Amino acid sequence: MSGLEDLYREIILDHYRSPRNRGELPVPPAQRVEGFNPLCGDEVVVFLEFADGVVKDVKIAGQGCSISQSSASMMSAAVKGKSIEEARQLISSFKAMMSIHEQAIGGDGSDGERAEANIPPDGLGELAALQGVVKFPVRIKCATLSWNTLAQALDEATAGVAADGAA
Amino acid sequence: MEELDPVALRKEFPLLETRRRPDGKRLVYLDSASSSQRPYQVLEAMDTYYSTTHANVHRGVYAIAEEATRQFEEARAKVGRFVGAPNPATEIVFTKNATEALNLVAHSYGRGRLGMGKAVLLTEMEHHANLVPWLMLAGERGTELRYLPITDSYQLDLSDLDKLVDGAGVVAVSAMSNVLGTVNDLRPIVEAAHAAGAVVVVDASQLVPHRVVDVAAIGADFVAFTGHKMLGPTGIGVLWGREGLLEEMPPFLGGGEMIRDVRLDGFTTNDIPWKFEAGTPPIAEAIGLGAAVDYLESVGREAIAAHERALTYQAIELLTDRHGDDIRIFGPGPDDPNRGGVISFAYRDIHPHDLAQVLDSSGVCVRAGHHCAKPLMRRLGVSATARASLYLYNDEEDVTALSDALAKAGEFFG
Repeated sequence: MSGLEDLYREIILDHYRSPRNRGELPVPPAQRVEGFNPLCGDEVVVFLEFADGVVKDVKIAGQGCSISQSSASMMSAAVKGKSIEEARQLISSFKAMMSIHEQAIGGDGSDGERAEANIPPDGLGELAALQGVVKFPVRIKCATLSWNTLAQALDEATAGVAADGAA
Repeated sequence: MEELDPVALRKEFPLLETRRRPDGKRLVYLDSASSSQRPYQVLEAMDTYYSTTHANVHRGVYAIAEEATRQFEEARAKVGRFVGAPNPATEIVFTKNATEALNLVAHSYGRGRLGMGKAVLLTEMEHHANLVPWLMLAGERGTELRYLPITDSYQLDLSDLDKLVDGAGVVAVSAMSNVLGTVNDLRPIVEAAHAAGAVVVVDASQLVPHRVVDVAAIGADFVAFTGHKMLGPTGIGVLWGREGLLEEMPPFLGGGEMIRDVRLDGFTTNDIPWKFEAGTPPIAEAIGLGAAVDYLESVGREAIAAHERALTYQAIELLTDRHGDDIRIFGPGPDDPNRGGVISFAYRDIHPHDLAQVLDSSGVCVRAGHHCAKPLMRRLGVSATARASLYLYNDEEDVTALSDALAKAGEFFG
């Protein structure tokens, strides 16, 4: 099974079998955002609750493959307790790691600062285990699904705060 | 009827013959319901056309232009005869794919001829290609959409057919489900639709490659299918429509070829079928599709159908015998003689996407996902399935390879 172990690292399978922060949060006060992967029908629902600009609690619902579910589980563990700014930085580091290959195969070309392949990801902790996904281009969207959904939730939260402030 | 020999046939399919897995074994291609492979006869027909005959059709007066036009129109007639069109020269419209053919009907018939207040009756098992064009029509005109449900044994539930068809102007139904393998009995649907004054649109993309399809016998008004699932090239689809209906309908796309006269203040349309073929058509693809039709006829469609029936039976028996409760097949049982060679399944609780990935590492190509049938996935209570589909070049060895690869996937995910 050449290459499969690169994709399905033990830590990924562990998060898939025992997902962290699985469940729902009451809305409001929590924010609820859904993400879809049209390719495979995967769905992820991210619940985020903020207090004083910090991600106070996060829950993940939905269904999907081992890559999308473990990525969501690791993401939830990584952003809990982080400030909105720190969460945004994490999103951008993670997507940079995932974009290495997208660029090589003619992806959207964003995150140009990581154009060189195989830069070891800094500060991502166990999330670095998902780096093997870039060798399987079709699966990159599985890994990034929850992160794009998180980014949308953060955008909506901050837009909401701005709107509240204006009112 | 002579039995077909898949091992001999595979030698005529360059990809299947030459492409190897990492371990050097031949590829196990089980995704023909998504897109089939094609024999060298189809590739050569297109090559020869480009190398010796290419010019635009219906325009030039020089010799190669006339020859190209003749070959293009011969391909049309051949495809028409293949599906039993009463008037092959006028009733076969070449499109980009089956999706475009169905959009053509939803647009030109749906917007042009469907009376306001008339409903469209669909089914829960439609591919998005025979669903979204009608949803678009409904979004624009408020057309009511109704659905024939499916039973727990994966058949269309016709118990409320008469009620559902009352007030419908169009009934659009799949001849064979691309997910379940169910081959629908169209006769009662066509009868009820016509009695209610509705036209019948059939998505035959999954059936035409595998069974003898006779549009006159089906009795429908429009039948759509695609080239690349029946050993032909991509980029060409087919719409058969009744001559009288095609005559009445407004054009779909505008441009060259589809006009008789153009003034600065308007235009008049060409005769059918060219009225519906705006712009330079897929000429080489039509010729390639003609060659695919020749190939299917030379192998024999009855022989292909018999081979697939036997192999589908074997596959389902083998998978259920060996994997028992670990495998759940979404579709009619192996004894259903009308069942097509599409086998959708769940294996343990392994997500289909993961399953397909691990199967790929064993050189087994299956589809994983919602198969462009999301409402059906919801009806089945799953987000996706894995799907193996069989064709004339598959054999028991392929099915065994699938079964072995499933066992390996089971070990991998523990």
